[in-house]
Amino acid sequence: MAEDVQEKIFAIIAEQAVLEPADISMEQSLDELGIDSLGLVESIFAIEEAFDIDVPFNANEPGKSEFDVTTVASIVTAVEKLVAEQAA
Amino acid sequence: MKRVVITGAGTINALGHSVDETLAAMREGRCGIGELDIRDVERLSIRIGGQVRGFSPEEHFNRQQISLFDRFTQFTMIAAQEALDQAGLDFTGEMAARAGVVLGTAGGGVNTWDENYRSVYEEGKNRVHPFVVPKLMNNAAASHVSMRWNLKGPSFTVATACASSNHAMGQAFHMIRAGMSDVMVTGGSESMLCFGGIKAWEGLRVMSKDACRPFSANRNGMVQGEGAAIFVFEEREHASARGADILAEVAGFAMTSDASDIVMPSRQGAARAMAGAIADAGLAPGQIGYINAHGTGTAANDKTECAAVADVFGAHADDLMISSTKSMHGHLIGGTGAVELLACIMALRDGIIAPTIGYQEPDPECALDVVPNQARQARVDAVLSNAFAFGGLNAVLALRRA
Repeated sequence: MAEDVQEKIFAIIAEQAVLEPADISMEQSLDELGIDSLGLVESIFAIEEAFDIDVPFNANEPGKSEFDVTTVASIVTAVEKLVAEQAA
Repeated sequence: MKRVVITGAGTINALGHSVDETLAAMREGRCGIGELDIRDVERLSIRIGGQVRGFSPEEHFNRQQISLFDRFTQFTMIAAQEALDQAGLDFTGEMAARAGVVLGTAGGGVNTWDENYRSVYEEGKNRVHPFVVPKLMNNAAASHVSMRWNLKGPSFTVATACASSNHAMGQAFHMIRAGMSDVMVTGGSESMLCFGGIKAWEGLRVMSKDACRPFSANRNGMVQGEGAAIFVFEEREHASARGADILAEVAGFAMTSDASDIVMPSRQGAARAMAGAIADAGLAPGQIGYINAHGTGTAANDKTECAAVADVFGAHADDLMISSTKSMHGHLIGGTGAVELLACIMALRDGIIAPTIGYQEPDPECALDVVPNQARQARVDAVLSNAFAFGGLNAVLALRRA
């Protein structure tokens, strides 16, 4: 399950960044990957569709969101948590 | 060049069904934003808006009109009636031939699209009402105003997202100034508070779930409103000759394009529009006493707008007042500049500056006098009304006391 989440997220982020999933690593930030604010919103939409979850994210206060978009790793962690919560 | 004045104003929005009601709410700092009362609201994550309350179309329009008037047209007709009653003009002969109507709307008949898509896609019907097209078209409101008041001159609708009304009023201003027409009906209208309208906006993740708090450090997004405001713009000598009550002078207008990003605002684009409007009015920046801000309550807009104000006004930025009335009536998208022009008229005519309500925490990136939470008495001689649209299209009007 955990690997599956990571793999799907890598694929989504890679598509936004116009890279191969193999070029993505956990410690990278979206900024480093060249994903801007529109790319972020599109990535979140793709994540919601892929996992059938609702992601609480407001572009006006990204720091306050429970959904931490600081790095690829933080996104993976946040999605795993949401998948677990919303399946419960 | 001719000079242009305003001789009639009308509105319906979340703050009231007339100019008097709206200005009273602005003076009191009353909030018109509340829980949305629309179909399928439980499937929305954004459930607040500046909805027009206590409005039933049947009290204003007959059955045939209702079958042709989308909600954005209904709002337009009500606001236009008030504005034209105040102006007291009759449109006949050569005067009617030259007078026109230029209105702004971003979405036009969004409720009509929504209802009829629902009917064919969700309910599986294979037939829609025969007037769907003339009801939803963006120019429907302008055309019905033209028909009702016999305005036979240049008439059209402008769609530049959140700057639509300001662009429309700018066109009307230019036409009178250039001598094309003595009288123009102008302003704008919007009605997107329906399931599809809100659902589309949710996607951008820029909407607040609780309140519109422009310039406040804890602001968390925009809140949509709905309604219309309509004005009668008139050539100054024409208005004076008939002894019309002049509400304010439209002194200048400028429009710019950021040419940079489809959603992110630009400090330079906003600054160029404000500076352009001031220069077009023949004013100096130091003469501007109040700015009705675009002030959407998003993180990006408010800090960019304040930075642009600092660029244009230098030290005077600390002396002028700037407020966002969207905190009270919400963001009327294509109609917003029109409703906000009412706050500009109130500032010039009554010496009352509408507040930015919901202001809770100072933001160092918005360190201007935003007239927090309470209206203020102040004599101002000239004001600006800002509108900065998605797509980077900016339109700023400059008004002067009559």
